[in-house]
Amino acid sequence: MKTPSPAKPNPFDMPNKEMGWCPGCGNYKLLDALKGALIELGIDRRNLVVVSGIGQGAKTPQYLNTNMFNGLHGRSLPAALGIRLSNRNLTVIAESGDGCMYGEGGNHFLHAIRRNCDMTLIVHDNMIYGLTKGQASPTSLPGMKTPVQIDGVMLEPFNPLAVSLALNAPFVARASAGDEEETKEIIKQAISFRGFAVVDVFQPCVVFNRLNTYQWFRENTYYLPGDYDPADRMQAFAKAVETEKLPLGVIFREEGRPVYEDLLGIGNTPLRSQEFREEAFEKMIAEYR
Amino acid sequence: MRHYSSDISIVFGGGAGQGIQTIASTLVNVLKRSGCHVFACTEFMSRVRGGSNSTQVRITGKKRHAYVNRIDFLFALNADAIAHLKTRITPTTMVFADKNQVESADPGHLVDTPITAFARQAGNPIYSSTAAVAVALGLLGIPQGGLDNYLREIFADKGESVVADNIEAARLGYAFGRETALREEIEVEIAVEPEKNRPKELLLDGTAAVGIGAVAAGCTFISSYPMSPGTGVLTFLAQRSHEFSIVVDQAEDEIAAINTALGASYAGARAIVTTSGGGFALMEEGISLAGMTEVPLVVHLGQRPGPATGMPTRTEQGDLSLVLHAGHGEFPRVILAPGTFAEAILLTQRAFQLADRYQLTVFVLTDQFFLDSAGTVPESAVRKEPIERHIVETDEEYMRYRFTPDGLSPRGVPGYGKGIVKCDSHEHDETGHLTENFETRRRMVEKRLRRIKALAAESLMPELVGGSADAPNIVVAWGSNRGVLEESLDTLQRADLAGLHFSQLYPINPSVAALLKGKIVTVLENNASGQFADLLHRELAVSTAHRILKWTGEPFSVEEVVEALREI
Repeated sequence: MKTPSPAKPNPFDMPNKEMGWCPGCGNYKLLDALKGALIELGIDRRNLVVVSGIGQGAKTPQYLNTNMFNGLHGRSLPAALGIRLSNRNLTVIAESGDGCMYGEGGNHFLHAIRRNCDMTLIVHDNMIYGLTKGQASPTSLPGMKTPVQIDGVMLEPFNPLAVSLALNAPFVARASAGDEEETKEIIKQAISFRGFAVVDVFQPCVVFNRLNTYQWFRENTYYLPGDYDPADRMQAFAKAVETEKLPLGVIFREEGRPVYEDLLGIGNTPLRSQEFREEAFEKMIAEYR
Repeated sequence: MRHYSSDISIVFGGGAGQGIQTIASTLVNVLKRSGCHVFACTEFMSRVRGGSNSTQVRITGKKRHAYVNRIDFLFALNADAIAHLKTRITPTTMVFADKNQVESADPGHLVDTPITAFARQAGNPIYSSTAAVAVALGLLGIPQGGLDNYLREIFADKGESVVADNIEAARLGYAFGRETALREEIEVEIAVEPEKNRPKELLLDGTAAVGIGAVAAGCTFISSYPMSPGTGVLTFLAQRSHEFSIVVDQAEDEIAAINTALGASYAGARAIVTTSGGGFALMEEGISLAGMTEVPLVVHLGQRPGPATGMPTRTEQGDLSLVLHAGHGEFPRVILAPGTFAEAILLTQRAFQLADRYQLTVFVLTDQFFLDSAGTVPESAVRKEPIERHIVETDEEYMRYRFTPDGLSPRGVPGYGKGIVKCDSHEHDETGHLTENFETRRRMVEKRLRRIKALAAESLMPELVGGSADAPNIVVAWGSNRGVLEESLDTLQRADLAGLHFSQLYPINPSVAALLKGKIVTVLENNASGQFADLLHRELAVSTAHRILKWTGEPFSVEEVVEALREI
């Protein structure tokens, strides 16, 4: 396991910030991977907005020295859409947990993929509700007992990768927060990708999920081999529905898909700077004469 | 002899898809060009085809903005229309219909009007609408030339033969209308100013008025989910989106709509959402988010009767309490409710201005009756206010929620300046990071609420819409009831009655208390409980002596308000 080098200060760091996460939480590694990706991509923190909802993973932008819209539970993708459409010069990352994105915000998840805005979605998928103290999440595995699911989880787990592929998301990936370096590389690809990039990240909750631990993820995942072709959608589907061992890496990637900003004809001028069109206004009024 | 002086009510009734809207809109356009004061309102069923709908077109000596129960001429396109409007057909109502089409009904004074035959004779039954308009113009004695010109314009791209056929249908209908007027001794007197003396006027409906207001305010963003009667504003801005570079996103649901609008506004757009009560109920968490994050937002809510699905295409003023209390927690808001189209244009601009200046949510509260009515507006009343911009360039020390004496922190947006902008739905400190510090919480709540005082001080005063301010009886109306109150008071001409119209419902200007002091107050509103009367009591301790309420799903008619006021 790589430890972040303390030698070089990262402009995204917030050194004196009191952290709200439990010791050993997978969120720390994901935060470090994200910071690493941002610095390596040379992203200007003033032109980045990290949008989140509510949950432990959703606290991520609280610990990043960059623009933040920490909105409501489940609603980070709609807010991210509004931000991106209002100023396409901004890099937009929506980041929240599995409950926020796949549960409360499930409908937005579906339609964000359909829009294909150029932004990145990073889901902290710990297969549990941490902030509310240990209830089942949409991705919890069947049989897991919780204070609410006393007879074990009965629902079929939500499969974010298969759903993304079904909606023809142009970039679908899965990472594992325990592998910080690999996670950073996947996030870098996702941010650089032009279009809507979905990254589901396995992230151990060390307090409430005693089933899906660091060790469990190590034992139950594998990285896609170097010769894997991410352009093949049907093969990606096959990978997405594997359950024996869960594949990690970029499962699907298709370049050149039109992005929503372009289809809407949005230019580089942010909406805040748009001039009022007096002439068009006069012309419109004349139509009602 | 039937003499009509300066006030005629023509109603077109039929099923959805039979062309009532086309007939009414053609007639209204031609009448407007002829210099008449015209007002039209429409009632329809929640169906795509069939059912029974009607549109009223009023031609009046004075400018009016109200619905009357009375029908002078009814054009019935099917038998159902006669059954549907039965209670409004009186011995003075003349019914124009194709006898074969309405055989089963008992329409009273029926004039067999073979509109479809005229259309066929002109070449195609599709020209029926044109023939119907022409019959009406013939009855009114308004020259056919205006209609011919209008037809030439709207069918210009359909080719000469379509224009010629329509004009032929118009000629046949018009001749029939004139003959009927002579035979039935119909005499219509409408004062029309000579063209050169006429002020320039626009023909608008309520939806267009709100839409024009939004465009004039420099609105750059709308995200909404369709819901009657709020959808029109979404359609209006979509239609204008290319010429004004307005970003339009049809959201997957209302929750997405408001959160997207707030994201847009956070990034510097001027954003609006439009909806109706049921959709707004879903947006409530977003209203609370706007309250906490101090992100400006304009919400247009076109009211219809609730609860739940209620009556989707009908009218009511039942959502005042909803918008007044929407969203958990305590935070300020502004509620505007235009009473005329000119006011809708101005107040929608004002909504954007206040939202930006005070960093909060401003509601524009209308209703189905208002949005679907049409009428003339003097062009001089259509004003474009200067656009105020309140976004600042950030420096490195920038803090989004900096404490200031007036509670308003300079608004920075991401990507503009050297600072970063952190916006949080949690209680937060000045930098925008979540906090559980009790002292910061106390100060932040106070900061957000402080602006109420300034908002109340600049709150619009109600307008006197009839009678004199010293009258002992004051009748209060808000929003779309302005026209009906004005006309009712004009009809009654009583020195002891005056009307006061509120176009800002919250906060209420403290000076209003003095206007109502010692008065016998009657409140007129289109709901079952008297929500504004309760609000006046809560805010100003004004007690209401009489409440005139209606909650059938229809607007007030002038006749029933006159009747109700006679009791006072």
